[in-house]
Amino acid sequence: MKIIILGAGQVGGNLAESLVAENNDITVVDLNSERLSLLQDRFDLRTVRGHAAHPSVLKQAGADDADMLVAVTQSDETNLVACRIASSLFNVPTRIARIRSADFLGLDASYLAEHFGVNDVISPEQEVTDTLRRLIEHPEALQVLDFADGKVRLVAVRAYHGGPLVGHELQDIKRHMPHLECRIPAIYRRDRGIVPKGITVIEPGDEVFFLARKADIPLVLRELRRLERPVKRVMIAGGGNIGRGLARRIEGNYDVKIIDHNKATSDLLAEQLHKTLVLQGDATDEELLEQENIAAMDVFCALTNDDEDNIMSALLAKRMGAKRVIALINRSAYVDLVQGGEIDVAISPAQATVGPLLSKIRRGDMVAVHSLRRGAAEVLEVAVHGDAKTSRVVGRRIEEIDLPEGATIAAIIRNGNVIIAHHDTLIETEDHLILFALNKRIIPKVEKLLQVGFGFF
Amino acid sequence: MSSIAPVLNVLSKVVILFSATFLVPLTLSWVLDDGAQRAYDEAILITFAAGLFTWLFTRKASRELQTRDGFLLVLLTWTSLPAFATLPLLIYLPELSFTDAYFETVSGITTTGSTILTGLDALPMSINLWRGLLVWFGGMGMIVLAVAILPLLGVGGMQMYKAETPGPMKDTKLTPRITETAKGLYLVYVGITIVCVLAFWLAGMTPFDAVMHTFSTMGLGGFSSHDASFGHWNSPLIEAVAVVFMLVAGINFSTHFMAWRQRSVNAYRLDPEMRWFLFVTLSSVLMIGIYLFAMRVYPDFWVALRFALFNTVSIATSTGFASTDFNLWPVFAPLWMLLLSCFASCSGSTGGGMKMVRAQLLFRQGRRELARLIHPAARLPVKLGGQVVPNTIIYAVLAFAFMYVFAIIVLTLVMTASGLEPITAFSAVVASINNTGPGLNEVGPATTYAVLTDFQTWVCTIAMLLGRLELMTVLVVFTRTFWRA
Repeated sequence: MKIIILGAGQVGGNLAESLVAENNDITVVDLNSERLSLLQDRFDLRTVRGHAAHPSVLKQAGADDADMLVAVTQSDETNLVACRIASSLFNVPTRIARIRSADFLGLDASYLAEHFGVNDVISPEQEVTDTLRRLIEHPEALQVLDFADGKVRLVAVRAYHGGPLVGHELQDIKRHMPHLECRIPAIYRRDRGIVPKGITVIEPGDEVFFLARKADIPLVLRELRRLERPVKRVMIAGGGNIGRGLARRIEGNYDVKIIDHNKATSDLLAEQLHKTLVLQGDATDEELLEQENIAAMDVFCALTNDDEDNIMSALLAKRMGAKRVIALINRSAYVDLVQGGEIDVAISPAQATVGPLLSKIRRGDMVAVHSLRRGAAEVLEVAVHGDAKTSRVVGRRIEEIDLPEGATIAAIIRNGNVIIAHHDTLIETEDHLILFALNKRIIPKVEKLLQVGFGFF
Repeated sequence: MSSIAPVLNVLSKVVILFSATFLVPLTLSWVLDDGAQRAYDEAILITFAAGLFTWLFTRKASRELQTRDGFLLVLLTWTSLPAFATLPLLIYLPELSFTDAYFETVSGITTTGSTILTGLDALPMSINLWRGLLVWFGGMGMIVLAVAILPLLGVGGMQMYKAETPGPMKDTKLTPRITETAKGLYLVYVGITIVCVLAFWLAGMTPFDAVMHTFSTMGLGGFSSHDASFGHWNSPLIEAVAVVFMLVAGINFSTHFMAWRQRSVNAYRLDPEMRWFLFVTLSSVLMIGIYLFAMRVYPDFWVALRFALFNTVSIATSTGFASTDFNLWPVFAPLWMLLLSCFASCSGSTGGGMKMVRAQLLFRQGRRELARLIHPAARLPVKLGGQVVPNTIIYAVLAFAFMYVFAIIVLTLVMTASGLEPITAFSAVVASINNTGPGLNEVGPATTYAVLTDFQTWVCTIAMLLGRLELMTVLVVFTRTFWRA
């Protein structure tokens, strides 16, 4: 695919990296030539320096025969105008815009499509806020993903001594709770993926992925580790877009404190947030944390713009007694460095954004794609079409499908209802499969398997 | 003199206009032939002539008024109009002293409703109408004063609503914009008045009583044409109507205006004061009802609740009607009612006291200081209806609250020094400064303010004016900086 990416910032750079890795022709447009040359040095892509919304620049970037345009500059307005121009002047088939401001996000998708030529909107801040909100809901989890409007969730959790299932075979869970429907598509042991069988024994320290209905999740978590008491108090460091957005979303359900060092920002926060306690100060200031009773916090989220600050304040908060700490970390090198150590969860905003975009460029009818384990694994929600003749999936039982090694069908969404997959579940046309790929390398095989044969058209 | 001449010029026009209001009781008196016509004839002549002469003398000094002139104009209007309003009383009742007559008319115009007259039932209807009319005009003047004029002068409860609004409302000159605001508010006021008259009439009052008591209700005054006030009818239905309209008049009239213009109740939902006004008032009603029943004042709970409802709403909204002598209740109940009158009614209503909005801000400011002790680093803005209230307004409210309490203490001491017993002195001052009406003991609902000496009467008169003009407006005129500027 020929893809133009507008904006070479965090999101643009990460996106380019993922897309190049999947054999696409990428052109990146930005005003900053330093950033462009940095990208060009690292990846096999083309760069164009210029204003992303200018027709001449778009033409130079090859908009005439591009398959897709992804506008992810800092400015909503630039992104919208670029999409409009790509649609009316260049007829680029797919146009995706990143939008940050709540005002634009409040507009109808059909309005944006008609007047700005935007097929799809991505909003990294909102993705990250959602991710954080789900993690606060399930404080034991490392990662929580929603499927079918949140009816089922995929949860990653580290198994610990004290969970009844730890040290036992997986099939024991059936004996503990015969009515519980739950699927465990993958276990990572010392960073190596395993496709679990019924006889697989869960060891302490394993990172277990399981999929279950929303209401059943605490039951499964209880099998794997001692359950934390529900989160009541949350402290957020950093009152930027993400911190403020998170505070606004959760202040109705939790006791929230937010720290920002900037006086003007804190005043703005205090004005906009109605139940949150706004503190002005440094999140790495021991005295301030002590004063605000950091030891009583159930979750501490370090969400400033600065990776180092986030790591330091999260470490400090953990040391001072915060039960669980989450840090927002942009640099992928740091993510690997800290996760699993004292910092419980490291979130990379770029990864949260790349997922939704990936679903747009994959072959097959991808509804959603989520990156897991820093991009090493993926969960796909994919729609299947055709019948037993044209498709290699439809009309077959799961055990009959020739899935590549490392891929597991975890659940099926049929007409909005969730069916947790069993080996004998029959797949029908128009089903959405939730498919776990242990390793990114097998994705092309999965795509191929799911495509309908030529007979379908 | 040159600095007050333009003010007098405007004042003279107000006085000339005011002389026309005598035509209302004159017409009634003429129709009923109740023997008081002469009083109004002379009152019109004297008032008109006084206005005209002042106007002629100050005509040349006419200029656009500045903020500073505004304070003086407001003070002079609220002191000189009651003076002219005494004329019919003085002429018809020659034995009445000016002190007492002036107390009566100030009580009317400030919508206090405490009376010094006895034998109200025997007075000519037109005189009673005149008393009611004063309250009604006082209420009307108050609404415009609170909503349109005081914010321009930078004082008053409504100022926090206006502080954020850019444009003409921030202008320091008294611009034509006020006329527009005033017109809308008058329309709402007159409209609700008409509904209220009909409601009273249908509930069983005579047409005259319905009009007279509507005037008194809408202005949250409390004058009645009967010595027994609402006890005269002893009708739950009439009391219910009065309760409803007292509550309506206790709500900000600009909220009524917005609701009427948008044809939706949304404005009420957004009014941060209204729900607290209703909540505080009605929960107090319930509490006092239960208290009266528990103390065996009334053997039946529903009777206790009925009396608690009418009298508590009446005092809390600073109206001052009574349906029974609540002075005979255990003292906690009337004291609680008097306390409510200090803050229950909304800004921009015809009620008195320091207004709910100030009470809310004081409460939140108190809570903010407490929170600051625990969280020294916290940014804790005081909010009202989701909007941040600037600190300058908090300071103004704190200063107001201080002055208000200070005034009550000083005036109570003065009254006690002049020989009153403390409860009477305190309740008379509180009831006057809140523009409520009846106090306790010697000035309770069953008696009148006639028991006071001339000196004490003047103290109450001053308290009524201080309270009505929100203290600062009056006090600023007595500062040296005001006259030096």
